Amino acid sequence: MRFYLYFCAAKPRVCPQAYRLMARSFLSIENMASTIKLRKGFDIKLQGQAKQGNCAVLHAQTVAVNPPAFRYSKFKLLVEVGSEVQAGTPLLCDKKYPSITVASPVSGEVVAVHRGDRRVLQEIVILADKDQKYLDFGRLPVDLMDAETLRFAVQQAGLWPLIRRRPFDCVALPDENPVGIFVSGFDSAPLAPSVDYLINGQEQAFQAGLNLLKRISQAPVHLGVHATQTRSIALLKAENVQVHRFEGAHPTGNVGIQMHHIRPVNKGEAAWYVHPADVVVLGRLALTGRCDLRRRIALTGSEIKEPRYVDAVAGASVQSITAGEFKDRSGIRIISGNVLTGSKVDNDGHLGYYDHQLTVIPEGNDLEFLGWLLPSYPRPDISRSFFSGWLKNRVYKVNTNTHGEERAFVVTGQYEQVLPMDIHPTYLLKSIMYQDIEEMEQLGIYEVSEEDFALCEFVCTSKIPVQKIIREGLDLMYEDSMA
Amino acid sequence: MKFLKDRILGWRPQFQKGGKYGRFHTVFDGFSTFLFTPDTVTTQGSHIRGGMDLKRTMFFVILAMLPAFIFGMFNVGHQHYLSVGEFTAVGEGILEKFLFGALKVLPIVVVAYGVGLGIEFFIASRKGHSINEGYLVSGLLIPLVMPPDIPLWMVGLASAFAVIFAKEVFGGTGMNVLNVALTARVFLFFAYPTFMSGDMVWIADKPDTYSGATALANSIKGNPGFCTTDMFLGFIPGSIGETSKLAILIGAAFLIFTGIGSASVMISVLIGAGIMGLIFNAIALNDFMRLPFLNHYLMGGLMFGAVFMATDPVTAAQTERGKWIYGLLIGMMAVMIRVFNPAYPEGIMLAILFGNVMAPLIDHFVVQSNIKKRLARA
Repeated sequence: MRFYLYFCAAKPRVCPQAYRLMARSFLSIENMASTIKLRKGFDIKLQGQAKQGNCAVLHAQTVAVNPPAFRYSKFKLLVEVGSEVQAGTPLLCDKKYPSITVASPVSGEVVAVHRGDRRVLQEIVILADKDQKYLDFGRLPVDLMDAETLRFAVQQAGLWPLIRRRPFDCVALPDENPVGIFVSGFDSAPLAPSVDYLINGQEQAFQAGLNLLKRISQAPVHLGVHATQTRSIALLKAENVQVHRFEGAHPTGNVGIQMHHIRPVNKGEAAWYVHPADVVVLGRLALTGRCDLRRRIALTGSEIKEPRYVDAVAGASVQSITAGEFKDRSGIRIISGNVLTGSKVDNDGHLGYYDHQLTVIPEGNDLEFLGWLLPSYPRPDISRSFFSGWLKNRVYKVNTNTHGEERAFVVTGQYEQVLPMDIHPTYLLKSIMYQDIEEMEQLGIYEVSEEDFALCEFVCTSKIPVQKIIREGLDLMYEDSMA
Repeated sequence: MKFLKDRILGWRPQFQKGGKYGRFHTVFDGFSTFLFTPDTVTTQGSHIRGGMDLKRTMFFVILAMLPAFIFGMFNVGHQHYLSVGEFTAVGEGILEKFLFGALKVLPIVVVAYGVGLGIEFFIASRKGHSINEGYLVSGLLIPLVMPPDIPLWMVGLASAFAVIFAKEVFGGTGMNVLNVALTARVFLFFAYPTFMSGDMVWIADKPDTYSGATALANSIKGNPGFCTTDMFLGFIPGSIGETSKLAILIGAAFLIFTGIGSASVMISVLIGAGIMGLIFNAIALNDFMRLPFLNHYLMGGLMFGAVFMATDPVTAAQTERGKWIYGLLIGMMAVMIRVFNPAYPEGIMLAILFGNVMAPLIDHFVVQSNIKKRLARA
């Protein structure tokens, strides 16, 4: 019996209950709630997982801030081409909430301001100095500060946009009281960086960041960890937070899914969330008084020669972090983020403000003879109609081909298989398509964001643009309720 | 292959809107995408997509129907030779039986596909829609639910009726309320009842002296008249594809394993039929009610309907809980119609159509309960 218990403790997958018991009694991990097991979801296993260890510190030649990342915010530009900035100098100021600014991640010179249609700001590019100079905002004695002064300090330092909110998945409003602040301590997306590794070596700053979040509102801070894969003590033994253990396939790591199971957002409420690596940034502000947006980035995907992690900075240029180390320079797609929710960037572009991952996969712009019947290369799918799908640990090399044309909704039950939420996805999508705001509200649009539906889009037999539809619905709700 | 690919890429500009043959672009797309999966790449949302598309889905449903289809052809021949008193053992004259069946069945398939696809192509090119794959399944389902002796013009007429009035008027694949193949069958059933029911139509070219009653018709007297093994393996008269429960179960297993067919609908229909059968066994007012309930699974088209018709995702309930209610309803209705209405010995057809009509209502209640839960939480 005793041997069996030890065996279970060593292998959490064999008997999670016993593992938990052992973990509680021997490892004295006490702040742990019971595991939330999600049976729905799907892990897409892809080639090009980043290897940990030997993380090179890269100097990004140019660094950019991309205002479209801050959804729904309208900004006033505070700098112009030629301006000298330091790390922490405000670049942008929100027109509606002037206290919200976006700080420059690096010191250097503003070399370009790109605008799109109707002169909407697209990108502010900064040529980074070799030796970084940081503005000093002063250390934050978090325990002595009240919520209001703390919020003001974060806004001053230009780091407020790191705190985002649901519904709508946009920058948190400075004066609202959230029902909770959520941090997802693991990322389950395809080829996603290991959060354990992202905060490795930054444990102190991470805890300082959590302390800051604890004081920034009256709401509890919830930290989701993976029941078996999270190993970092900084996550498992984090203080001043409620730790929730999750188990399941992607999208279990999505913060929206975790919110849904911990404390779902109702109409009129807001929940905040922060990426764990951004918690570290907030912690550094508290500890050092600096706006220090350096972060670890995973270079992933089948077309990267050597998938690995690098230490760079938010918004670093693609060229500086990849150094052109692609297997093939033509016919590739560079994605800032993961393959499900990331955005396409050019080789001379920059990483998105919130992204910790760069994925490079081949394009799939080729006709395939009878591809629907006799696929010429293995491809992931949720159905078991492909032989390769029968092997459990098959790792795929994927491309961007749609593998079929768009059709009306025909097959049912697919979305439900990959959406671990108590929501009827097809009905929600249809209510968005006929723009019935009341019905969208009733069906739970406040709880979702397009990233939670990314897998629905992936599995969709009818190739329906699910994420686009969800965002259109959120846009409609936003106009209706916030604008 | 390279040659064909280059040809298609070469022709493509002419068939695009505004090109020389722009009017035929839907037809061109229909054929070219059949040969070659298009070279379109993702432009928004997820950068990668799963390998499944509607063509593959429909093709796998056809694969699942093949055992029933092939056995059906054999059985058409077998029943015929049985009725004329030749090759009476199952193993005798397999080739002759198969040939006879093929000659009976294949023309029906050709007519069903020809008429249905013709109408689909015509409407798609008129409306500028892309051609949907849905009819590939309906076109094979229609022959499988027909008696072997059905005149070909009726098959054509029914296919046309079903495609136009059950599907296209609602907007094509994915928009229909009623199952297309069943609409074809129910149309013939009420328009030409003498060709769709009775004892004369279930065996091809049968001598008048030979009884051609189906197990269901016999059951009114309390006995199916065939042994259980024959009913399970399918050596009984009936619609072309419905007789072999074994072949249907193979198809069901295939659909469930690949994740294409809904196991919940299949299982719940069978459970519903079982419940109703047991209720009747308990009441036991007449001979049919006294018939042991397991016989219901082996007779008629209950199994075929449960596996291939009720599971049609467009016309079935769409929510998971809704699917269970929908299936139970169909199963119970099917057995009820069988037992209470001797004029329509086969109840599954009407039961599924009834279920199709009720499905949106069932889903409505399931979705409402979700909404109520959300409101109660707030």
